[in-house]
Amino acid sequence: MDEITGVFIQESREQLAEMESGLLRLEQDPEDQDNINSIFRAAHTIKGGSGVIECHFIESFTHRVENLLDALRNGDLAVTSTLATLLLECCDHMGCLLDVLGAEASEPDAELQARGESLTERLKVLLGAPTTAPASSDMTLHDPTVEVESSGGGIVVTDSWHISVRFGENVLRGGMEPLSFIRYLASLGEIVGLETITDAIPAAAEMDPESCYIGFEIQLQTRSSKADIERVFDFVRDECDLHILPPNSKLSEYIKRIEELPEDSMRLGEILVRCGALTQTEIDQGLLNQETACAGPSTDGAPHSPQLGEILVDNKVVHKELVEAAVVKQTQVNDKKAKEARLVRVQADKLDQLIDLVGELVIAGASANLLAQKSRQAGLVEATSVLSRLVENIRDSALQLRMVQIGDTFTRFNRVVRDVSKELGKEIDLQISGAETELDKTVVEKIGDPLMHLVRNSLDHGIEPVALRLERGKPACGRVSLNAFHDSGSIVIEVSDDGGGLNKNKISAKALERGIIQPGQQLSEAEIVNLIFEPGFSTVDKVSNLSGRGVGMDVVRRNIQALRGAVNVTSVEGQGSTFSIHLPLTLAIIDGFLVGVGKAAYVIPLDTVVECIEQKEPPTGRSFLNLRGEALPFIRLRDLFEIEGTPPARESIVVIQFGGQKAGIVVDQLMGEFQTVIKPLGVMFPHLQGIGGSTILGSGEVALILDVAALVRIVSQSEEQKFLPERNTPSLPVHPGN
Amino acid sequence: MPSSQPLTVTEDLTIYHALELKEKLLDALSQTADLELNLAQVGEMDTAGLQLLVLLKKEAQRAGKCVRIVAHSQAVSAVVEFCNMAAEFGDPLLIPAHETP
Repeated sequence: MDEITGVFIQESREQLAEMESGLLRLEQDPEDQDNINSIFRAAHTIKGGSGVIECHFIESFTHRVENLLDALRNGDLAVTSTLATLLLECCDHMGCLLDVLGAEASEPDAELQARGESLTERLKVLLGAPTTAPASSDMTLHDPTVEVESSGGGIVVTDSWHISVRFGENVLRGGMEPLSFIRYLASLGEIVGLETITDAIPAAAEMDPESCYIGFEIQLQTRSSKADIERVFDFVRDECDLHILPPNSKLSEYIKRIEELPEDSMRLGEILVRCGALTQTEIDQGLLNQETACAGPSTDGAPHSPQLGEILVDNKVVHKELVEAAVVKQTQVNDKKAKEARLVRVQADKLDQLIDLVGELVIAGASANLLAQKSRQAGLVEATSVLSRLVENIRDSALQLRMVQIGDTFTRFNRVVRDVSKELGKEIDLQISGAETELDKTVVEKIGDPLMHLVRNSLDHGIEPVALRLERGKPACGRVSLNAFHDSGSIVIEVSDDGGGLNKNKISAKALERGIIQPGQQLSEAEIVNLIFEPGFSTVDKVSNLSGRGVGMDVVRRNIQALRGAVNVTSVEGQGSTFSIHLPLTLAIIDGFLVGVGKAAYVIPLDTVVECIEQKEPPTGRSFLNLRGEALPFIRLRDLFEIEGTPPARESIVVIQFGGQKAGIVVDQLMGEFQTVIKPLGVMFPHLQGIGGSTILGSGEVALILDVAALVRIVSQSEEQKFLPERNTPSLPVHPGN
Repeated sequence: MPSSQPLTVTEDLTIYHALELKEKLLDALSQTADLELNLAQVGEMDTAGLQLLVLLKKEAQRAGKCVRIVAHSQAVSAVVEFCNMAAEFGDPLLIPAHETP
């Protein structure tokens, strides 16, 4: 795929997203004219772009959508729910068409085409009688997105390039054909206004029919750059007088242009009006002032009647008032452009490469630090410590580059909630909070699917039907909320609803039936509700097309675990449930806490470390201890990894916390903080429990990174199994899951 | 005033015939006050041709005469329309041009 197509697809997707959110807002507030305009603009931009890259199937479909939007904008149509639904479907269809383009197919397949046609039919029905192909050519004459109506002034094409060209006398003799240049120019975009300037043709006697006297004033709408436009005229560059004004040029620039041209200013003013560069009002005002200036006292020596240009410039105030709407609109456009200018698009793999390099830098820095400390040279130690601080800053900034706000992912669900609630006949509101919370780009990409499943699950199973809600004394309109926040080095995403909650008896019964738990097995409440994440578990008797096939929740959990995260659910029957997803902030480099067992070194993610305690004689025979009145289950790393050798007299316990549970890890020695570049373990060790990855120490040795989530699970499980048969209800917090 | 027989141009309105056409057209204009042009057989037209038509119109206007194009070929009307000159020429007869295949 060539670059321009790629850019087009990417930008169009952004426009589509904007259009979709606009349409959703439209349902809430049908009167918002700005919103309608911005929807129209989005559709129009896509249409324009598709024209430039000559993707006709997108262009023609979008054009039909645009027609409807145009009617909407002009107030010929009222906003209805049907209309919004249809437009949203059109949005989806355009997305599919973009996929087709992305797959480099020449045209959509039959199914998609049929869908496009049926949508077109419905568009036509809404637009009124299926009139003859509505306006395929009249749209091109005046571009509706950019026409700005000023009070009585006609229309101005503000965001087109203005090109004036006067061909030199010898052009025709040189074998060039001016018209063909203009025709070629049309292939760059859309000529929205064109005036042929023939004023230079002299009287018959002097006129040489083989000389060229012709010129053009053109309003061109295109995505091409100025250089591209100039290139069109390359062959006649030396022999023609070419001026190109960029879109949204100031009036004064047009005036300057007017003055540069050989023709009389008045005539040019007319021409500019006719091809849509200026409004008649502006010119009229200019004329009026010219007259008053002439009628004024000519006693002041030089009866120099001001040029039209000067008057127009002087009349800036008048102009401003007259086309206030235009100014506001232009400011909006400019603001948007300025915002875009602040952003730089960078390929994701370049960023990944940078992160990799920073990772190497961290490792190299650590080794330099180690050597400096061994050398005992104060100056060197000083220098390396400054260096390592800078490396740390670079690391943070580099990682920051990959951070994106989760808001975009969240807002996508507006549409899902709208569609699904319509389908189910429920009234559901989506509340979003914490949209500005940032997390790693790769995480954001991968969290979309699990989130989608959780939200659908809440919509389908969580929120009760309206009648039942009223019976339970709840408001008829259900609520699903998405929330994100940072919590001790990880990010938490919550999906909660105020629906019926999970039925624990039903879950237990189902689990028994499926053989997930054994009869007589005692489970805590938390453990019961988290059984829904087991493979092949579904409590819904009726399989709907939304969720409920029993394949969802375990996939959700697996996807989240693949991101080194965890998911669990809390639920209060009759009041709703909350799914919480805990995810690590970043996947590449973390602050680690280095501990030693025997000769080996291990890294615990620093964010999960709560405290370190020294234990002279750790209790033997049981695996929990009394920490300030709380039972703390612990595990010996030495036992877990079967490390040989005798433990030292004084062992340390690192208390870690994950997902609301604490556990202790007994190690030989504490070695302090260490910046850790996470290296994946490779395909050899997929089943390794308790190890999340590896890293390289400054000395060149390899240290293993502990998978805290897995460790906490192992610890609490062994505890559970040991004590459950003796107790009725476990007092220890229980980790969700197996 | 009785108008003469319409002048039928059979050559292409292009740079290759520009010299002879200029003479021919101006000659025709000088002989009548109401020149009718039949361009139905013009197979091609370029900038030079367009310039000639503009020149003819201007000259007629200057002399208080009238030049009307009574028939257009596809090629002629295409150029005239592309250059947005239809209104400038003011020939109502542009319309049938759409019907010519």
